[in-house]
Amino acid sequence: MSQIILEVDNLVKRFGGLVATDHCTLEVKAGEIHALIGPNGAGKTTLLAQLSGELPSDSGRILFEGKDITALPIHKRVAAGIARSYQITTLFPKLTVLENLALSVQARTGHSFDFLGTVTDETDLLDGALQTAERIGLTDVLNHVVGTLSHGRQRQLELGMAIACKPRLLLLDEPMAGTDPEESQRMGDLLNTLREDHTIVLVEHDMDAVFRLADRISVLVSGRVISSGTADQIRNDPLVIGAYLGDEESDHSGA
Amino acid sequence: MSYLIIEQVLNGLQYGLMLFLLAAGLTLVFGIMDLINLAHGSLYMIGAFLAAAFFQAIGSFFPALLLAIVFTALIGIILERLLYRHLQRMSHLSQVLATFALILIANETIKMIFGAQPLMIGMPASLSGAIEIVPDELYYPSYRLLIIVVGLMVALGLYLLVNRTRIGMWMRAGASNPDMTAVMGVRIKPLFTFVFALGAALCALAGALLGPLLAVSVGMGESILIPAFEVIVIGGIGSMRGALVGSLLVGMIDTVGKLILTLGLRTLFDSATASTLGPTLASMSVSLLMVAVLYFRPTGLFPARG
Amino acid sequence: MNPTPFNASASAQTPFTQGLPGPWTAIFVAVALAIYPLVMSALDQAFYVNLGSRVLIFALAASALNLALGYGGMISLGHAAFLGIGGYVVAVLANNGVYSAWLSFPLAIGLAAATALLIGVVSLRTKGVYFIMITLAFAQVFYYLAISLPEFGGDDGLQLARRSSVPGLDLSSALSFYFFVLFTAGLAFVLLYRLVASRFGRAIVAIRENERRMAAIGYPVFRLKLAAFALSGGLCGLAGALLANASTSITPHTLTWHQSGLLIVMVILGGSGYFWGGLTGAAVYLILEETISDHTEHWNLVLGALLLFIVMAAPNGVMSLRQHLAKRVGGARGHGTAPLAATSHEGEAK
Repeated sequence: MSQIILEVDNLVKRFGGLVATDHCTLEVKAGEIHALIGPNGAGKTTLLAQLSGELPSDSGRILFEGKDITALPIHKRVAAGIARSYQITTLFPKLTVLENLALSVQARTGHSFDFLGTVTDETDLLDGALQTAERIGLTDVLNHVVGTLSHGRQRQLELGMAIACKPRLLLLDEPMAGTDPEESQRMGDLLNTLREDHTIVLVEHDMDAVFRLADRISVLVSGRVISSGTADQIRNDPLVIGAYLGDEESDHSGA
Repeated sequence: MSYLIIEQVLNGLQYGLMLFLLAAGLTLVFGIMDLINLAHGSLYMIGAFLAAAFFQAIGSFFPALLLAIVFTALIGIILERLLYRHLQRMSHLSQVLATFALILIANETIKMIFGAQPLMIGMPASLSGAIEIVPDELYYPSYRLLIIVVGLMVALGLYLLVNRTRIGMWMRAGASNPDMTAVMGVRIKPLFTFVFALGAALCALAGALLGPLLAVSVGMGESILIPAFEVIVIGGIGSMRGALVGSLLVGMIDTVGKLILTLGLRTLFDSATASTLGPTLASMSVSLLMVAVLYFRPTGLFPARG
Repeated sequence: MNPTPFNASASAQTPFTQGLPGPWTAIFVAVALAIYPLVMSALDQAFYVNLGSRVLIFALAASALNLALGYGGMISLGHAAFLGIGGYVVAVLANNGVYSAWLSFPLAIGLAAATALLIGVVSLRTKGVYFIMITLAFAQVFYYLAISLPEFGGDDGLQLARRSSVPGLDLSSALSFYFFVLFTAGLAFVLLYRLVASRFGRAIVAIRENERRMAAIGYPVFRLKLAAFALSGGLCGLAGALLANASTSITPHTLTWHQSGLLIVMVILGGSGYFWGGLTGAAVYLILEETISDHTEHWNLVLGALLLFIVMAAPNGVMSLRQHLAKRVGGARGHGTAPLAATSHEGEAK
């Protein structure tokens, strides 16, 4: 539990004059749900994109299971065991749920350059996809075209696409975005069941969910982690209250 | 020898400025409407043919030039209303196909009206001589100098239009972020029409001005379209400054590069080989320049966006 | 296995299965293509046998482009370069006394594929309009080369004294050449089928649908696209080699961007992203050209008008033209087996 799976060391990302990630340092322990919170524009999504490899970093290091992955392209990071989900649903809307999940499974089989490989034997893809579908509760719509599913179910599949990669580290960008309270509850339960198999970095705006689910929380302000700790520690950290959480909490209790 | 180079520099300037007339319209349409218009060269051809037709009818160069510009701009407006406005919402593939179709239609229509033979436009008599730039050493045709002057004036005018007027501000805003421009309440449709008419008029100006130097013929649009595309890709799509820099760069490489390459190759090969190889390498190096620019700066030298 | 009981909102046709031919369609097409020249020869219509060869050659070129454009979503306006490279390899070798198809064809394919690989390495870094322009610019480089190098015959191109030689075959007659083309193109079609129906093919289609997600779930997107582009170029090179043989000549016209545009037109006419798209498109295009040119010299005007009409009439863009037509005609006939449909018990779970 206490082993560090992800270490972010002085990571920097600049967009022209704007410093989006400003010497960010962060440690994620194996097996935990580590929430990343912060005001809008704090650089959470940028940091996530740097961790997944979509954005190159200007300086600093990212260590995953002790190995330096800062310079690895996305697909090698996925192979190493890191997968992400998106805040804005990013699926294959014209394909079925099963086909979507099978794509994720196929990526890790490494047969995508198998130009002439026979496609009659798809049991490995099918098994992997079915397993994931069961996990995320989409077995009843396997053959539905994704574009026809409700938003809540698409959010489930969004998560499923990442899980099907069998990552040890999941990077989740607002899995509850745009869901109604019931769907949000279901997503929370789902995330709870995932902690057995995956370490999770969770970016989320739903503070209820964050404090309910997260083992530890890091607060990101202006591209920098200003505080890391358990829910209680974060709630009582004057730095955090001053910078960010204060407003949110008062909004929250007022509601 | 050095005069030869000066002459070629002037030729390069002249060619580059004419390219700029095309590239300016093309880059605005590309940048503001996000529309790939393969048929831009057809407007240039149409402008040249109209100028030739008017010249044959009235026998006078400058009135024919003006009429050609007005009518080509009108054709541009009609095309924008009927076709491009709809294409703008479609995929790039649809745009490629539709404007490819326009080229076929334009070429065939011109061939039906004017026949397959090239037309000639007579040069105004007062400009048919040459001007002595360096006494006894360097003469340069007055007409080509006129083209250079007109080109420079248009470039200055466009600079003022884009940077000093309200319409220009909208155009810049449109090129850098079309959605935002629409949200800000700029009436984007009249802007499109204006940009298109302007682009068409510039095409006609280039076509008519080059008419006395080149033969006005079917297919002339395609031969200048590729360099014009290369110009705007090198300069950065949507950027007027990029279009100017790119045009001059391409113009220079094409003329001065041709000379230098040919002379340089003579030291390696016999002169016949050198004089076929030189122009080829010059034409190729424009394409290769574009490739190199895109490789290192995938959005061109002066990106208008982001 | 029983057919999957699809629910009302489920669809049998997804981009993975659309347009994949079943075995019977393939056999029917093969038999029809084999009988056609025999009938035409019997009727003493050598002209139509030659037209058939040309259709097959352009079908191959268009299908090769379809792999990049239709399946991979890479709008290349430079495929004429690969067609031309294939043709010039055969012609230049022939002019140096080398007629063996065993030598020239692999070289044509290899050089075209290698060129496509190089062009792809640079071009695939760019997106959208820039990709279209950069492929066009590259093709233009080869056009300039062809028109100005004396070794390539300049504007006139090169003539072949005779067709390539294949041991045991005499390609000089229209009929034997047709069968040679049919055999070669047939092999290429089998290869293309295996490509698009493989996991590779699915990855390519999925990249077209959502490149970002494909990267995020661990696909080496750039390399996959590059592979598809190079394969597409190589097959186009094969078509070029056949084309030079068909007319026993090659001209720089083969390298013009007009030619690249026509290849796109064929793909769109036939159905982009459909397996038979290239064949259908090439057949429709060449037959229309033949018929209409008989009546008017303004074939290009007709073609232009037709294209404009197609673009304006296709509701969801020209990519979906085929689907649109199929619906009009009354229900798409899906030959595709759905390899990834769940077996019955999951389907019934609802």
